[in-house]
Amino acid sequence: MSYLVPSVESAQPPVVIRGLHKSFGDNEVLRGIDLTVRSGEVVCIIGPSGSGKSTLLRCVNTLESPTRGSIQLLGAEVTDPDVEINQVRTHVGMVFQSFNLFPNMTAIGNCTIAQRQVLKRSKAEAIEIAKKNLTMVGLSDRMDYYPAQLSGGQQQRVAIARALSMDPKVMLFDEPTAALDPELVGDVLAVMRDLAKAGMTMLVVTHEMLFARDVSDRTIFMDGGVIVEEGPSATLVTAPSHKRTQIFLKRVLNPTAIDDSELGETEAD
Amino acid sequence: MAAFIHLRPTTRRRLGRWATYVLAVVVVVVVALPVNWPEIGRLFFNPEIAAKMWPTVVTVALKNTLIYTFAGFVGGTIFGTVLALMKIGRGPFGAFATAYIEFFRGIPMLLTIFAIAFMIPIAFPGASQLSGVVGGVIGLIMVTAAYTAEIIRSGIQAVPPGQAEAARSLGMSSLQTMFWVVLPQGFRIVIPPLTNEFVMLLKDTSLIFIAGLMVTEKELTTFARDDVSKYFNATPLMVAAAAYLVVTLPLTWMAGKLEKKLDPKR
Ligand SMILES: Nc1ncnc2c1ncn2[C@@H]1O[C@H](COP(=O)(O)OP(=O)(O)OP(=O)(O)O)[C@@H](O)[C@H]1O
Ligand SMILES: [Mg+2]
Repeated sequence: MSYLVPSVESAQPPVVIRGLHKSFGDNEVLRGIDLTVRSGEVVCIIGPSGSGKSTLLRCVNTLESPTRGSIQLLGAEVTDPDVEINQVRTHVGMVFQSFNLFPNMTAIGNCTIAQRQVLKRSKAEAIEIAKKNLTMVGLSDRMDYYPAQLSGGQQQRVAIARALSMDPKVMLFDEPTAALDPELVGDVLAVMRDLAKAGMTMLVVTHEMLFARDVSDRTIFMDGGVIVEEGPSATLVTAPSHKRTQIFLKRVLNPTAIDDSELGETEAD
Repeated sequence: MAAFIHLRPTTRRRLGRWATYVLAVVVVVVVALPVNWPEIGRLFFNPEIAAKMWPTVVTVALKNTLIYTFAGFVGGTIFGTVLALMKIGRGPFGAFATAYIEFFRGIPMLLTIFAIAFMIPIAFPGASQLSGVVGGVIGLIMVTAAYTAEIIRSGIQAVPPGQAEAARSLGMSSLQTMFWVVLPQGFRIVIPPLTNEFVMLLKDTSLIFIAGLMVTEKELTTFARDDVSKYFNATPLMVAAAAYLVVTLPLTWMAGKLEKKLDPKR
């Protein structure tokens, strides 16, 4: 079995961001982001803490509303107040660092609720799809468990299955493995790798440099609310051209080394 | 005294504890000695009088108390949920909800019930046939709503924002998110304070007498008070107290159990 990825009908790239700005009060977090993700492309976003990676991802499916700029998602301009945003969001899956599973529902319940309420699928169909996706992420024996009865890695895989059950055309991941114990990270990354292979369009914020290098087509380095550097993942991760990217990568790949050339920024992760 | 200090700490603590017990017994005895026990027994704990109240104290009084409590609680919780949602939403509705809540929490419940019960027949002449108790229950609902609104609002706001974000990112509307994801979790959190509110309400139904009750509408306290004047004996008050406790004690106990059960996970 492998993931069934619905094809994106329109010829237009599924994510087109132009001149995106976002401020919280006086704090300008995004200062002009331009980014296009083509159909089937896997793009990783890396960068220091506070550089605006989560904010960018949250703007894409309007969990935050942009201050300025345009975001076209599956051909719809999400900043247009007349666009049915719930309709658009249905086709965009999001996976959070803190899983955000519904604690009062089982794994199956988590995967069926939106299918039933939003897509108006029949109970039988919703359960069938949920089971298929939970099996795909390796949890066929945990379907009736509540989130509190699952490990972090299992919870995150349920969250991925929950998003996949809506037949998304784009998947957004915000540091999906950052809250996991190291030995559980692999299972989640393996699921994401399979999904990428199946042709899913993915936008992934991550600190897993090996994942970025080996799985994604393109990697973007963000700092201070702008894209500092972007390029094919293999090149950007192994041979970045910008000074700031080099410092960041050196620090992430070798966290115990102390380097005086650092500019005194903080890197909590 | 010096000898006491030189004792081992455990011995000292044991002696101290026993000294407290002895002192407590002495106080009780001193207070109890001059009490006229036979008179107390005749006037407050008279089995013959208690027997005369049976079975109407249960079939009428306790039944009505429970009916008023349930009506007030169900109505108050529904209305309170609406108020809570209005308050969270802010805007003009939020301002109204805040004003409503502060107003009704700030005045005695007795006054509200009294005012509502007498206003309704005047405000709506068509309703003048209605018994006063209807107005009384409406007053009960209006005040309860103000209290439950605050409880439910705190419950809703205790649900982590990530829950709503997850639901919204699945394409659920804000209404669907509220109904299917936030409210069920919010209610779970507020079961203990809501149970507490239920117990308070059960006792507050005694205030409904101010609306004017017919014989068949009497609740426990009114029923007992009228029996006190009928028999020139206070035993009915004790019977009413026992009837309240029969309901409230198991409820509080259950709420405690539930709170423990819901606490660790889910
Ligand atoms: N809702 C908000 N209100 C106010 N400020 C916010 C809000 N969300 C984010 N910020 C601010 O925006 C900046 C960028 O935050 P963001 O979460 O996008 O960073 P990040 O790159 O995802 O960092 P991390 O790697 O730590 O997750 C931070 O300074 C943060 O304090
Ligand atoms: Mg982040």
